[in-house]
Amino acid sequence: MTQARLLLPQRVAPGEVVKARLLVAHPMETGYLQDLAGKTIPRNIIRELSCEYGGRQVFRVEPSSGIAGNPLFEFCFRAQFSGELLVRWVDDEGRVGQLRQSLRVQPAA
Amino acid sequence: MHPGQSLARMRSSLCALWLLLLPLLVVAQQRVLPLDQLRSGLHFAGSDVRALQADEFGNPGQLALQRGEQRWSEAVGPASKSCFQCHGGVAQSMRGVAARYPAVDARSGRLLNLEDRIAQCRQVHQQGPALVLESEDLLALSLYVTRASAGLPLRVEVSGPARAHLLEGERLFMQRRGQLNLACTHCHDQNQGRRFYTDALSQGQPNAYPLYRLEWQKLGSLERRLRSCLVGVRAELPDWGALEMRQLALYLGWRGAGLPVEAPAVRR
Amino acid sequence: MFSGTLLSLSQMLDPLVRGRPLSESGLRLELPVLADNGLLVPVRVVVDSPMTESDHVTHLYLLSQRNPVTQMAVFHLGPWSGRAEVATRLRLAGSQKVVALARMSDDTYRWRQAEVIVTESACVDGS
Repeated sequence: MTQARLLLPQRVAPGEVVKARLLVAHPMETGYLQDLAGKTIPRNIIRELSCEYGGRQVFRVEPSSGIAGNPLFEFCFRAQFSGELLVRWVDDEGRVGQLRQSLRVQPAA
Repeated sequence: MHPGQSLARMRSSLCALWLLLLPLLVVAQQRVLPLDQLRSGLHFAGSDVRALQADEFGNPGQLALQRGEQRWSEAVGPASKSCFQCHGGVAQSMRGVAARYPAVDARSGRLLNLEDRIAQCRQVHQQGPALVLESEDLLALSLYVTRASAGLPLRVEVSGPARAHLLEGERLFMQRRGQLNLACTHCHDQNQGRRFYTDALSQGQPNAYPLYRLEWQKLGSLERRLRSCLVGVRAELPDWGALEMRQLALYLGWRGAGLPVEAPAVRR
Repeated sequence: MFSGTLLSLSQMLDPLVRGRPLSESGLRLELPVLADNGLLVPVRVVVDSPMTESDHVTHLYLLSQRNPVTQMAVFHLGPWSGRAEVATRLRLAGSQKVVALARMSDDTYRWRQAEVIVTESACVDGS
């Protein structure tokens, strides 16, 4: 199971812009390196990562080998309602990873 | 110290005894680096590395820590035992443990580092699938256990059966090796703080392992780092699990005693 | 270490901009001047945009002057983003210019460049 973590603010007011931080465990193999036996390690990059909120896409990135291993992504989105965030990614090997986390939106007291 | 006016023969044998004891006295009394001058590798690191380590969420070592936490509660082996079942919560049960490794294992009499000790526990007590040195799972567990010692000072045991290992570790630290014919002491005692090309030479402290090295793009052990130093001076590498690597690590632990453990740490 | 040829700014930008209006203002690119290690270089891009339905950023490109793959990443944004700000960690194959290029909803472009020094490690790490 791929490790990943998503940082969201604890409590958000409706209409507030939220900054999300996402860290995904993935080697992001460039395909340029060789192992100690001299064999080329095949390329395996996360080719697409997206985040849905309330069933609607609020972020998408298409990385390449130029993104560091165990990538971090920070992005913003406008929060209107409490709901679930679903982050999904797929790599060159076709492996799919996902992470779900709820976001609590409530009006300021 | 010498009883001054003895017979020549007695004097020469005392001299011989003195020379024999000298190495022990040197280790026991003389720290190469005084306590107040001990500096973690973080002190020599660039601002990006320091920021990465300080980033509670985004520290790349956090992913391995998460993995370690999962492994700790995972039941393995024929009796379906998890670390948690015997040890309970890691923060209490493992507090201070990482700070005293490498240590001589009471059961086997061997000098073990923390990874060896965890692998042994897996084998002997859980009878689960072996945790191979430098595997993701073993490193993750080692980091998870080390975290329970974060902020505590390094304090390896160097008396009793550990004494001989310490002396050997010191000898290894001072021994020239490789095509570059350098000993650890040349860079890390005599030239620490100076630049080697554009890299700042650290003191070579062991207080932050296992750590996320940007060069590796993953978590790695002290043993891996020592091996990469050997490659750096173009020396032959011993096998993984070699005693000399543990003896060297023990000496490093004594040399750096007092430095607080850092986990999860990041280096370039 | 793969050094590659250094692309010109024109070579980096033209294929994406395709002659559309291009300006150097309204985009902030944050990168270290000297990278601790080329394998992980933190970057942040902020575009000055209200992110409304009629005026927002649609794409944000991070381009490398020297890497084997020029387009390091492309981010897809929209009015739902609220704020045109992204951050990530790059891999840079040697000292080079990094370019951030934003495509706006009216098909105009904004860009910014930064020079990053990436040094080789003093010791070869074959571990």
